[in-house]
Amino acid sequence: MMALWEILISASFWAAAIRIASPLIFATLGELICERAGVLNLGIEGIMVMGAFTGWFAVYLGLPLWGGVAVAFASGMLFGLLHATLTVPFGLSQHVVGLGITLLATATAYFAYRLALPQVTSPPRIDPFQPLPVPILSDIPFFGPALFTQTALTYAAFGLALVVGLVLYRTPLGLAVRAVGENPAAAAAQGLSVTGLRMGAVIIGSGFMAVGGAFLTLSAFSSFFFDMVNGRGWICIALVVFGAWRPGKAVLGAVLFAAFDAGQVRLQQTELGAVLPYQLFLALPFILSIVALVIMSRRAEVPAALMVPYNKGER
Amino acid sequence: MPSPEVLRLDRITKRFGALVANDAISLSLAAGEVVALLGENGAGKTTLMNILFGQYVADEGMITAFGQPLPPGNPRAALAAGIGMVHQHFTLADHLSVLENIVLGTRPLLSLSLGLGAARDKIRALSQDFGLAVDPDARVGQLGVGQRQRVEILKALYRDARVLILDEPTAVLTPQEADALFATLRRMVARGLSVIFISHKLHEVMAIANRCVVLRHGKLVGTVETAGTNPADLAAMMVGAEVQRPAIAPGQPGPALLRLRAVRTPDAEGAAGLKAASLALHAGQITGIAGVSGNGQAALSDVVSGLLAPRAGQLEIAGTPAPQPWTPAAALACGIGRIPEDRHKAGTIADFTLAENTVLETRRMAPFSTRGFWMNWGAARAHAQAIIAKYDVRCPGPETPIRLLSGGNMQKLILGRVLEGAPRVVLANQPVRGLDIGAITYVHSQLIAARDRGAAVLLISEDLDEVLQLSDVLHVISEGRLSPPIPRGGASVAELGLMMAGEGVFDAA
Repeated sequence: MMALWEILISASFWAAAIRIASPLIFATLGELICERAGVLNLGIEGIMVMGAFTGWFAVYLGLPLWGGVAVAFASGMLFGLLHATLTVPFGLSQHVVGLGITLLATATAYFAYRLALPQVTSPPRIDPFQPLPVPILSDIPFFGPALFTQTALTYAAFGLALVVGLVLYRTPLGLAVRAVGENPAAAAAQGLSVTGLRMGAVIIGSGFMAVGGAFLTLSAFSSFFFDMVNGRGWICIALVVFGAWRPGKAVLGAVLFAAFDAGQVRLQQTELGAVLPYQLFLALPFILSIVALVIMSRRAEVPAALMVPYNKGER
Repeated sequence: MPSPEVLRLDRITKRFGALVANDAISLSLAAGEVVALLGENGAGKTTLMNILFGQYVADEGMITAFGQPLPPGNPRAALAAGIGMVHQHFTLADHLSVLENIVLGTRPLLSLSLGLGAARDKIRALSQDFGLAVDPDARVGQLGVGQRQRVEILKALYRDARVLILDEPTAVLTPQEADALFATLRRMVARGLSVIFISHKLHEVMAIANRCVVLRHGKLVGTVETAGTNPADLAAMMVGAEVQRPAIAPGQPGPALLRLRAVRTPDAEGAAGLKAASLALHAGQITGIAGVSGNGQAALSDVVSGLLAPRAGQLEIAGTPAPQPWTPAAALACGIGRIPEDRHKAGTIADFTLAENTVLETRRMAPFSTRGFWMNWGAARAHAQAIIAKYDVRCPGPETPIRLLSGGNMQKLILGRVLEGAPRVVLANQPVRGLDIGAITYVHSQLIAARDRGAAVLLISEDLDEVLQLSDVLHVISEGRLSPPIPRGGASVAELGLMMAGEGVFDAA
């Protein structure tokens, strides 16, 4: 118990939690935008892999770090366009298309990596985003090192959550996106283009997923290797549900999951780690997430038209 | 002086597959005029209006609004031209507020503000002017049906609509709400707005419309001034002939085919269960159940069709105890045919074809399957084709998804599915709800034919006239209790009304 308490009051633990949460926040917001418009995007896992690779590769070839982020965003939008074209105007199964895109994007990224770097044994590194202490705020004891000594991309993740929240709830565009996810016929009857709005949401959302992937290579691990996304995309799908399709709550969920993850690493190094098998600690964040998901998602309001294709003129 | 024309539809034609829903229909509308679009279910009224509003694209023909041609298939253009539509099935997002539903799509998507403050003021003013009281900040999901309809009308007025299309607006309203709606419409007309009013209720049309346009089978059959016509003539135009009520000779009662003895079922949410209900259904007789909705009709229907096993009491089929466990399959095996209350939810599977829907209950029997395992689709299609022909189901063919059919045609198919199995007991729960006169007459005559064939018919209806007209014997149901049987003519309407309100002689509790 003492060990757990010591972890919770250490600034480095919270700094790690915020860092681990950042890619999840990007991708969760991306998925949230898609689902709010009524499209489940199971391509998230593969799009994150693609973003991780393209972002890293662009920087490896000499682009600045933000250039890498832009390239990742563009590559995500490209796969988003593919997903949106198949699921929105053609109305194909969102499950099949999403899983197909995950397989396609993952395989394409790995293949491109092997093509570009056939000979390497250890993955080449790039110079990643460096911690950027916020003036004044980073001097506050505990909170400074925990929250305000992160990389620019982390600040961007939290900023994005704010922007997505404002757009969804305070602008005509956000209202239109929510409406096509709730009742596309109502949106169409008000003169909105359901197809355009849904495609736009999927394309932009997929871009953010890819940035989430790029965070891993550009801000965390500095290099690209296989299986680095490692199911984070699927976690984000759960986080959208956990957050009841609301950006603020989704960020909270991402930080909570990240805290479990950062905590289990530290718990392994305590006396508990000597007694219990380490696999138990690895499973801990997932077990706790499932429990939290069950508790939180009971009263969630699912977008009423999620996964319902809209065909104009059909009875 | 004639008012200026605001809208003109010119030879509009629309086909769904082989079905011609609208056949070269022309129509015009003047400022300050109410035109009623009258026709049976499936006559093509809603299709025509969806074309006008840009939700369907017409195969032929053109629309002119305020002198300008209206681009086809574009609701935005229709809205911009001042046309607003209140759909029969409301197009509102339940999770959004009234305000959000109304302002949706009214501002450029990329503007930074929703302008909710100004919108709220405008909505308040419109509510006041037109008598459409509704709280702008309420969530639509929490509103009643009448209020939702007001939101729909406000949506159109908020966009400064000059022409309002109302698709069967009173189908979902109480009489008081309908009166309030008519008052609103009169205020709108007084300000020079025009209304297209879709209905098949003749007295409403007579009350509100200046002119009636009558459609039948997708064709325009006539346009008449309301002042120069009467409901009987309109009905004749709608159905194509003088409406004939089936001549009902008394039934020849035989033995009891199904008997409930002091059956009890638990109360359900918002509806009573059965409280020691006793009932005997005799061969060759129509037994009617009269009562106000929610008084145990659903439980009675579920017990008879096997969806619900009695908690106490006995159920007998032709004098022997019902098989255990009592399930829908057991009920079917006992020869109980079911016309469910909700044909969309409990009667059919929307995306299945007519042929598939036809054999849902008999799929494991010859000739539709071999040894109950391999489906024989040829036989299923032939059977569906036979029902389509015999019961006059208007559709392109047995391979059509059933959701494309109008309510009346769907009900005819269900009727055919049940009656072709020659059931010993026919459960007809609200068999004519939402149907037009022609279809109602047809369904009733088929139920009488089943009775005359020797079936025991149980007719559950909230329409007292229907029960009185058809039943050889009737029971009143109130709070889950059944009255003793009342023979035809055995009680006055006033007496029945008292019993429906829970006063009168009921089986011992």
